Amino acid sequence: MKRLFTVIPYAWLIVLFLVPFAIVFKISLSDYAVSIPPYAPTLDIAGGWQAVKDFLGELDFENYVFLTEDALYWKAYLSSLKIAAISTVLTLLVGYPIAYGMARAPEAWRPTLMMLVILPFWTSFLIRVYAWIGILATEGLLNQFLLWIGIIDAPLGLLNTPTAVYIGIVYTYLPFMILPIYAALDRLDPSLLEAAEDLGCSRTTAFWTVTVPLSRPGVIAGCFLVFIPAVGEVVIPSLLGGSDTLMIGKILWEEFFSNRDWPVASAVATILLLILVVPIVLFQRQQQAAREAEQ
Amino acid sequence: MVNSTVFAPWEDPGQTPLIRIENVTKRFGDFTAIDDVSIDIYTREFFALLGPSGCGKTTLMRMLAGFETPSEGRITIDGKDMAGVPPNKRAVNMMFQSYALFPHLTVWDNIAFGLRRDRMDKDRVAARVEEMLKLTQLQKFAKRKPHQISGGQRQRVALARSLAKAPKLLLLDEPLGALDKKLREETQFELMEIQEKTGTTFVIVTHDQEEAMTVASRVAVMNHGKLVQVDTPERIYEAPKSVYVADFIGDVNLIEGLVASVGELAELTWAEGKAPLIGQSGASLKAGDEAVFAIRPEKIAISREEPEARNRVRGKIVDIGYLGNLSVYHVQLPDGSYMKCEVGNRSRVSRRDYTWEDEVWLSWTDTAGLVLPS
Ligand SMILES: Nc1ncnc2c1ncn2[C@@H]1O[C@H](COP(=O)(O)OP(=O)(O)OP(=O)(O)O)[C@@H](O)[C@H]1O
Ligand SMILES: [Mg+2]
Repeated sequence: MKRLFTVIPYAWLIVLFLVPFAIVFKISLSDYAVSIPPYAPTLDIAGGWQAVKDFLGELDFENYVFLTEDALYWKAYLSSLKIAAISTVLTLLVGYPIAYGMARAPEAWRPTLMMLVILPFWTSFLIRVYAWIGILATEGLLNQFLLWIGIIDAPLGLLNTPTAVYIGIVYTYLPFMILPIYAALDRLDPSLLEAAEDLGCSRTTAFWTVTVPLSRPGVIAGCFLVFIPAVGEVVIPSLLGGSDTLMIGKILWEEFFSNRDWPVASAVATILLLILVVPIVLFQRQQQAAREAEQ
Repeated sequence: MVNSTVFAPWEDPGQTPLIRIENVTKRFGDFTAIDDVSIDIYTREFFALLGPSGCGKTTLMRMLAGFETPSEGRITIDGKDMAGVPPNKRAVNMMFQSYALFPHLTVWDNIAFGLRRDRMDKDRVAARVEEMLKLTQLQKFAKRKPHQISGGQRQRVALARSLAKAPKLLLLDEPLGALDKKLREETQFELMEIQEKTGTTFVIVTHDQEEAMTVASRVAVMNHGKLVQVDTPERIYEAPKSVYVADFIGDVNLIEGLVASVGELAELTWAEGKAPLIGQSGASLKAGDEAVFAIRPEKIAISREEPEARNRVRGKIVDIGYLGNLSVYHVQLPDGSYMKCEVGNRSRVSRRDYTWEDEVWLSWTDTAGLVLPS
């Protein structure tokens, strides 16, 4: 029985992650073909051992070589990492004060505030991103409002710029930043701040010497939770970013669905995964360390 | 308490107190947590605040530390009015009930925390921290984080941290509450030793009256935000001014009656046909007042034959509590009330002189009991 419970997560991992990944990896070693499925070779088990050998013989790393030859790809990777990193910092700058405010709010308000943070998850992600088109467009709500109060004379061209992408990512991933930071701040014993003041800190130094270090695990968790999905983000750059925002998720989408070049797309996906393994492993380590420190 | 006979600055009108709490009232909304309290605390005192839960001990401490402001009244420390002075600007340090050690810092850094805030140079910080580590015998644990040491060690770190800045006044809010009895007693003596060595003034909050009696130069008994009595431990125990204090500190037998006469000693009539009880007159009383006779169980002698003493009552043993070093006899008097009497166990239990259902006499001297206003 106990064994069953330890097996379930592994089975889950194998069926939903390793097997699909193996398939994608296999496709990335194939060649583009005008057929269904749109790649060659395909394995014909009926052909026996010889068929498997032939099949393996035809797989190669051509597509990976291709990725290094066309500057588009590595630029897209770098650009994605950059956009994800900047968005993470922005999300932190917006999220930390919100989490701090929540943690210091009267006890009775906190569940409500928490609800407000989680509330957007109850509507479709796609709809929320579309809503931002309505807000950021030239004729959109934001421009109308700014024109109305007279801050600007001509509408701002916000949509289809990197700014719109940043806004979209910060908006979408903000709860992932707020919740772990809030959890860390909520656990913080208020008497620690009093002790700091008692020992000679002003409110501000107490914040920097006690609150910030003690909320660090939450900050790190929040940053990873924003950074990792933001690197591979597709919908936000596609809908809000226009043509001049280069992100690897968008390239991937185009390779798959516009070019129908599954092998190249699979290679792009595999490399993306390899890039993300680094922060994911770091994240796991940090979580582990945080758990250990808690004992 | 070696010096208690010599050290009594509160009796010397020439002394100026370090802390003056003058008519301080603290209200939370319409709840009065501290009600018109005035206390003077002198340099080098070990001042204990004692009282039931919720009586306002912590609130009073927090006002001294600067975490709460009095609603009315004035607190001066070393002659300086503390109104509007934030906690970080007071020469007062507090050892928190929960210790409040910084979990992200090592023991060493916890102790150094306050010193660094003073922009003290590195060598002096290090020297002072080492000194504190030595004082509290924590050298071995300097590199550990708070979660890697025991409860008693943590408590010593908290003490070292609050002592490091050599405050004029150290506030200890139930510092030993979490320790077992043996460790608590050791630490009490350590505290007293530290106080001797450093000359700091201590104010200590405690639930434990024995602790207050052990460490304090003076004890303040509080109830419902009011001061009931401030006195030396001996006087609090031997000469309580009210039934409340007598009952709160230690065990006491209370017998209600009417004051028959007051002179050198007071007489209290308490039951028809019984000789009046005689004791010291605790406070201003006059004949005819309702009063309570208070007598400590250990001051009562037990015997089979009728004793000589003027204060004597007859009763039947209904219960015997064996506490190791002493036995407590619960004796029922003819009128149905009970009295407790403690007798030291000089011989083995098997040779005990009295047993259940025995008819015995309880007696005590004229000066052993107190007649207090009810
Ligand atoms: N911030 C506050 N707001 C409202 N009431 C408070 C506040 N702080 C304390 N009180 C009330 O004031 C009273 C005194 O509290 P305090 O903490 O001083 O008690 P205490 O004597 O230290 O008790 P204990 O021995 O249980 O620690 C309590 O009834 C408490 O509920
Ligand atoms: Mg308290």
